[in-house]
Amino acid sequence: MNRKLLAEFKYDLAPIVRGYNRRTLYVNVGTKEIKSKPVSDMMIDKFVGGKGFDLYLMWHGVKDDTKWNSPENEICISFGPLCGNTSYPGSGKSIVTTISPLTGIPVDCNVGGHFGPYAKFSGWDAIELQGKSDEEVIVYIDGDTGMVQIFTAPDTEINSHIFAEELIKEFADSPDKHQFVSVVSTGTAADHVNITCLNFSFWDKRRKVARLKQAGRGGTGTVFRDKGIKAMVVKYSGLKVDTNNPVDLPTLQQTGLKLHKEIEAGDATQCRMHEVGTAHLMEVMNDYDLLPIRNFKYGQMPEAIGLHSREFTALFTQGMADGCWYGCSLSCCKAVDNFKPRTGPYKGMPVCVDGPEYETAAGCGSNIGIFDPKDVVEINFYCDTYGVDTISFGTSTAFVMECYENGILNKERTGGLELTWGNADAALELLHQMASGKGFGVTVGKGVRAMKALFATEYGADPNFLQDIGMEAKGLEYSQYMSKESLAQQGGYTLALKGPQHDEAWLIFMDMVNNHIPTFKDKAEALHYFPMFRTWFGLQGLCKLPWNDIEPANNAETDEPAKVPEHVQNYVDIYKAITGKPMDKVMLIRQSERVYNFQKVFCMRMGKGRRIDDVPPYRAVGPVTEEEYLSRVERYDGHLKDKIGVDPSGKSTAEKMKILREYREDQYQQLIDAVYSRKGWTPEGVPTVEHLKEIGMDLPEVLEVVNRYLK
Amino acid sequence: MKVLKTYPEKCIACHSCESACSNLYFKEDNAAKSCIVITDNTPPEMNVCNQCQTCVAACPTLALTVSAQGVVMLNKSLCIGCLMCVAVCPTNSMRTVLGAKNPFKCIACGVCTKSCPTDAIKIVNE
Repeated sequence: MNRKLLAEFKYDLAPIVRGYNRRTLYVNVGTKEIKSKPVSDMMIDKFVGGKGFDLYLMWHGVKDDTKWNSPENEICISFGPLCGNTSYPGSGKSIVTTISPLTGIPVDCNVGGHFGPYAKFSGWDAIELQGKSDEEVIVYIDGDTGMVQIFTAPDTEINSHIFAEELIKEFADSPDKHQFVSVVSTGTAADHVNITCLNFSFWDKRRKVARLKQAGRGGTGTVFRDKGIKAMVVKYSGLKVDTNNPVDLPTLQQTGLKLHKEIEAGDATQCRMHEVGTAHLMEVMNDYDLLPIRNFKYGQMPEAIGLHSREFTALFTQGMADGCWYGCSLSCCKAVDNFKPRTGPYKGMPVCVDGPEYETAAGCGSNIGIFDPKDVVEINFYCDTYGVDTISFGTSTAFVMECYENGILNKERTGGLELTWGNADAALELLHQMASGKGFGVTVGKGVRAMKALFATEYGADPNFLQDIGMEAKGLEYSQYMSKESLAQQGGYTLALKGPQHDEAWLIFMDMVNNHIPTFKDKAEALHYFPMFRTWFGLQGLCKLPWNDIEPANNAETDEPAKVPEHVQNYVDIYKAITGKPMDKVMLIRQSERVYNFQKVFCMRMGKGRRIDDVPPYRAVGPVTEEEYLSRVERYDGHLKDKIGVDPSGKSTAEKMKILREYREDQYQQLIDAVYSRKGWTPEGVPTVEHLKEIGMDLPEVLEVVNRYLK
Repeated sequence: MKVLKTYPEKCIACHSCESACSNLYFKEDNAAKSCIVITDNTPPEMNVCNQCQTCVAACPTLALTVSAQGVVMLNKSLCIGCLMCVAVCPTNSMRTVLGAKNPFKCIACGVCTKSCPTDAIKIVNE
């Protein structure tokens, strides 16, 4: 490719010390300024790394009124002190943050692939991208020689499955060294819509293709393209077991080896991650009435048998070392090889498709009424290569299909598309339209919140009905679990800082199935502990899955099986082994609390993040339509009788629904009261000064924002 | 397939094979760094790689390959020391010393056979 060098920055290569480089990379693609910024002791003490560093850098890069497309908006990518070690499974994650075009507040994504560890070992604890380029660029980090460069990008093909591979081949020293290069890219849809992602590649040496992992949520791809960036590329060739320079390699290795053996012994009878990845959940969710079907109306349908995990097992190539970073024996990133799409620009061409993972299988399958796994694979492929988030695509498409069912949309309004449940051709056409920037797909790609406003004003649709069925909160589309029967999960979704994603809390089984957290106090404690524990993965550059998608054989006999105590201790041990700093399970939560509250205040600074924003659509809480109520009439009538003390006999469905709704909405509010109190926040959802002082997050800039809301 | 075959009934647990192996590959007389492991039970247990290749499929960097003679070889320049091969080995014969950069294994070189006084180990082609 004929590229022009626009800017260049040379830096000294230096070994990492105990997981830290102690410097971050700043790149302004507008001014072409590239510089190194020091990492202070305060940053490490209070923000740790990963998402903490991202948010700290972003806070000081943006202004109170910064929008997603303001030049000063940043995309930050950070890695964390534990990131890149090759000993403990799940240690290769990057955390991406930006001001989201969907929510207007910081979004954070935890993504695999080789970019993060390679960028870290190239010498950086975080990367800060700012500015807007007036010509298309590629940012290249050469970690072998110590060089950062900005090049022009005259490339015509930016869809990731081709572009990532082209760049790997271009920047690798030789054809046998493709594995040392990783690419961050998106796709053509990111030029036109908001529900987009970034793809982080890793070179699959067996398949000889660029595999793609997604920083999926919140429209990161759209910000990337708005900045005029086509890709980031990193090259690093020196990886060894001790590159992260841990203080105690034997303990790190011993702890990793223990988990490798546990996975080898237990995965086949536990979650089968090695065989089918997170798609193992499909029938489990359907069995428990938790699989989202037809825009979260139902949790179970006989047709869902079509998306049983065995169907995906049969499509995935078996027996491969499918880790998205070296040393991950859980190996959950499965792939469909030689898949030939039946539609679109790559019709008939054999491609390697990453996934589908559970969220994609549910969101782009059952939730839009599609039960043919090959249709799901094709939607998955085009979402990835076009740079579309499969979760938001699924939930947004489900929303328009329900609008179509209710006559809010029709063929005239959709440009001829029949958006009936299960119409895979129409769903794929929406995707192709997002990629070309033409047609109704562009409207869908704006996301559910924008569509709710549009359909009410343009088509006179009932805004209350749209609010009830539009599965978004704070502007972000729900991920793919039914929370109707789990009050704790309703809170888990709506309280999640970036919007309703399950990575903060997944409490459905603990709450609904096993009834382990029956009281408001129990639920509040769970909604404190688990979001804090899970936040820690994002501070360190770790994946959540090896925490509880594999459990020690004796886990059920421990005092708190839901926490997987032995694995919590593993994390304490590997943190100490890498950083040499003190750690225990209490300090671990405190590290998270500081960053979590900082993110909370950051959201408030950008105009969201209080109680008024923690509002679920009623579809996430209870039955919106009579059809839904009647489909589970015994359950809901039972609730009226047993929980509310109302005799349902003689009452109309509408009357019963009204009583149930009032009860459930009141329960939700009581839950929020309990959770805010446990988290150290006011009833309005504002962290108190006392709490911020207690956890050590009373920085002047934080208090200044909080005081605006406490007055 | 070239493999080091063991005959426990002949073994007298003199540990000469371990010395020969660790001396050759690690330049020290240290049983913990021998590819073959002999216990002091009666009869002794003799643990060494049977070249089954299970580890080859688990290696994420293709550092483990099979030679023309059917021997599983570790390319240290590609190995990133994750030890996944150690965990999947069905006979616990992929060996490691905590703190070292790479695991190690028997490559059926036969040096140990020369030190064995009772012919309890032999290189065979199966």
